Amino acid sequence: MDLLTRVGRYFIFISLLFTRREKIGVYVKQILEEAVAIGIDSIFIVSIVSTFIGAVTCVQTAYNLVSPFIPDYVISLIVRDMTLLELAPTITCIVLAGKVGSNIASGLGTMRISEQIDALEVMGLNSASYLVLPKIVAAVLVFPMLITIAGFLSIWGGYVAGTLTGAITPEDYVYGIRADFIPFNVPFALIKTVVFAFLITSISAFRGYYTEGGALEVGKASTTAVTNSCIAVLVADYLLAQLLL
Amino acid sequence: MIEIKDIRKEFNGRVVLDGISGKFEPGNTSLIIGGSGTGKSVLLKCIVGLIKPESGQVLYNGRDFWSGDADTKRDIRREMGVLFQGGALFDSKTVLENVKFPLDMLTDQSEEEKIERAQFCLKRVELENAANRMPSEISGGMKKRVGIARAIVMNPKYLFCDEPNSGLDPLTSVKIDELIQEITDEYQITTIVITHDMNSVLGIGEDIMFLHKGLKLWEGTNENILDTTVPELEEFLYSSQLIRRMKQSKK
Repeated sequence: MDLLTRVGRYFIFISLLFTRREKIGVYVKQILEEAVAIGIDSIFIVSIVSTFIGAVTCVQTAYNLVSPFIPDYVISLIVRDMTLLELAPTITCIVLAGKVGSNIASGLGTMRISEQIDALEVMGLNSASYLVLPKIVAAVLVFPMLITIAGFLSIWGGYVAGTLTGAITPEDYVYGIRADFIPFNVPFALIKTVVFAFLITSISAFRGYYTEGGALEVGKASTTAVTNSCIAVLVADYLLAQLLL
Repeated sequence: MIEIKDIRKEFNGRVVLDGISGKFEPGNTSLIIGGSGTGKSVLLKCIVGLIKPESGQVLYNGRDFWSGDADTKRDIRREMGVLFQGGALFDSKTVLENVKFPLDMLTDQSEEEKIERAQFCLKRVELENAANRMPSEISGGMKKRVGIARAIVMNPKYLFCDEPNSGLDPLTSVKIDELIQEITDEYQITTIVITHDMNSVLGIGEDIMFLHKGLKLWEGTNENILDTTVPELEEFLYSSQLIRRMKQSKK
């Protein structure tokens, strides 16, 4: 299947989610369940990744800023801006593409090959909408919360690493965090996250929903879902930076 | 009654079903039989609305499924119960939740009414004690019975079973067949069973349609199937030692 056909099928799939929807009550319960599966279950990995990324960014920035003309607080200023603009939203979403994306694709793929999706269809339900829409809505709601945690922990990780290694004093770090702050960077990170959440869940669901074959194909769908989601996140990252900054 | 007219289906230019027609009466257990890859499951999927045929009609009491609008399709689907080959139970739900699922999604009944109905259906398939178990905790035969309970929970007019005996031991297989026939008689529903199990053919085949390479080659009942002169059907039937011996003892 060529790229254009696949993209066309993806947009048809997205339109399917919003036509012939089920009762709202059904979605509310599903969204809450998915929010737990996507959000709560991802807190640990997001915390670990973001804390260490913040720590490494701080240590490496300190290592590279050797000029006596550059004040120490610039280290934490760089940690803050890198975290808000790129590390928290983009890197965390790429990590989530691996965890959440593969989970969605393999879950739906297994449902497809074991005829569970067919069972929904013969009941007269819109299986795509019932299964996928709650995942997208849950991710769009929960990803920004995860990214907020990631941003906080990344800056905190930088503080811990910077002060423990003696690269920067606590006072300088806090001063740098507050210096030349551009408030728009926060909503920019959240806007990016919402777009990434939509892309990751919808692309992974698309891959899983149309799986054909057996267990091997489910594995392939899962891998392709992660690859495609990561590419989509990076392309969207560039486009949003061009559009909004 | 279900009537199919001149169903034709092909995949990538390869004809899988070629002009299949037939009638399936209420209160009868109708069997579609044939070897592997003869198009039985594709025909069933065309009938239940999962695969669209290139041409032909599927009439449910005169209502054409494929030319009907979305509302007609939805209405017809809500009169169907389908037992899939592997049971197709939802892994994340308990047995009771699986059976109750169509009621949750398609009715406005109270929770008590839904649980009562689901438990009644589980009792009907003798699985009332497995209500709180997960699908991964029950055997293949039990999964099929839960699948039947889920298929009949909405009081369907039409019941479809895709190879209900596959992967089961002969005793469980006979029990499943008997259950399908009892339900068909009890509720006077139109039942279509896809199978290549000879015990089912001889046991519950009130109407039998034989498919070979996408063509309907024979139609009859379990009473006259052994008298067939169609070579492909003879080959299919007498590949079983049991049937061969029955034929010899008949002579």
